[in-house]
Amino acid sequence: MMGSATGGSGSEGGSLVKISVTVNGTAHESDVEPRTLLVHYVREVLGLTGTNIGCDTSSCGACSVHLNGEAVKSCTVLAAQADGQSVTTIEGMATDGVMHPMQQAFMENHGLQCGYCTPGMVMAATSLLQENPNPTEEEVRIGLEGNLCRCTGYHNIVKSVLAAAAK
Amino acid sequence: MIPAAFDYVRAGSAAEAISLIGEHGDEAKFLAGGHSLLPLMKLRLAAPSVLVDIGRVSDLSYIRDAGDHIAIGALTRHMDVENSAVLKEHAPLLAHAASHVGDPQVRHRGTIGGSIAHADSASDLPATTLALGATYVAQGPNGTREIAATDFYHGFLQSALAADEMLTEIRVPKMQGAGWSFQKFNRRAQDWAIVGVAAWRRNGDSGVALVNMGSTPILATSVASALAGGASVSEAAQLAAAEAEPQNDLNASQEYRVHLAKVLVRRALEEASK
Repeated sequence: MMGSATGGSGSEGGSLVKISVTVNGTAHESDVEPRTLLVHYVREVLGLTGTNIGCDTSSCGACSVHLNGEAVKSCTVLAAQADGQSVTTIEGMATDGVMHPMQQAFMENHGLQCGYCTPGMVMAATSLLQENPNPTEEEVRIGLEGNLCRCTGYHNIVKSVLAAAAK
Repeated sequence: MIPAAFDYVRAGSAAEAISLIGEHGDEAKFLAGGHSLLPLMKLRLAAPSVLVDIGRVSDLSYIRDAGDHIAIGALTRHMDVENSAVLKEHAPLLAHAASHVGDPQVRHRGTIGGSIAHADSASDLPATTLALGATYVAQGPNGTREIAATDFYHGFLQSALAADEMLTEIRVPKMQGAGWSFQKFNRRAQDWAIVGVAAWRRNGDSGVALVNMGSTPILATSVASALAGGASVSEAAQLAAAEAEPQNDLNASQEYRVHLAKVLVRRALEEASK
């Protein structure tokens, strides 16, 4: 297959690419510039602004979303790479208004202060528990090494993840 | 940060990818997991006019027992290298080193072939596969060829791959019974190594390679020769930087890197000698 470039608008951003991405269970079809990053796609095209942009250099993890169920840094994935794939953002974690157990655990254990890193922390932590359902404290700390928090000192974040694992 | 504009095409097979890269010439780049290339493009340090996305070439994602070696498809992700039972048995140093690349999110996307083709001396897997005596397989318009890891790294981000060649497989000799160690010294979680060491020992043989001690990953042949000649671990470790040409940068001076290399090689050899 020769990609899905439409040869579209001939804009300065390269030939538009047609993508279809399922985000939080809803299928979306869009024409995007190839250089559109997944984080810009979910925030600006789909209006899902729960995913934050922090460092924009694949260090801080604030932009973490799930791509086919695994945490990735959406500032370092092209929207075009997500074509045909399934994406979950923080907005997709609650079910019928009931918070995901990880969100609940963060609330109950005060796993945040300013909250900026929290969406990414929740996405990374749920991905971690899928791979390792009963982590030790050390495994939680290592498993979240891709997510930076400048407020909490991590203590209550780790506590939250361990509490979620115990649920 | 947004990359400079480019066109995007997706290849369904290695042959199609090579044909597409040939069609678009020197301005085109392969995109695998994108975790080396996209950050460079966002910083506008790289601005290819075409990206050939090979991320869907799924038949290049595998880890197979091939008799005397383990064959790893170039598009195998770090997370799959890290968790591979076959590698844990036959080349545990590589599985362990893969678990130190970036962080979990990076390892969900980044690939072993992408890391090696990018040829960054600060990356963990080029040096690790060099220490293990790996062979790389490249496919081009005229077929495939094998390149020894020792002949692959030509300079900073420069490799033996031709512009129209694609790295397709990494072959790692089986290392059953070898002692091994991977030492990574950095200041922050998930960061690149300021200096790293991949080492193994078995009977009289050994392999030691250094991360971030020059413009290419460095095979510390003087250390291996000294050990083969009966030197102690401490004596051999003093030769750690004999082949290296470390750089000064924000993280460390040349002198500090040389010191770190000696300390880390000693620790690596001690661990590998247990």
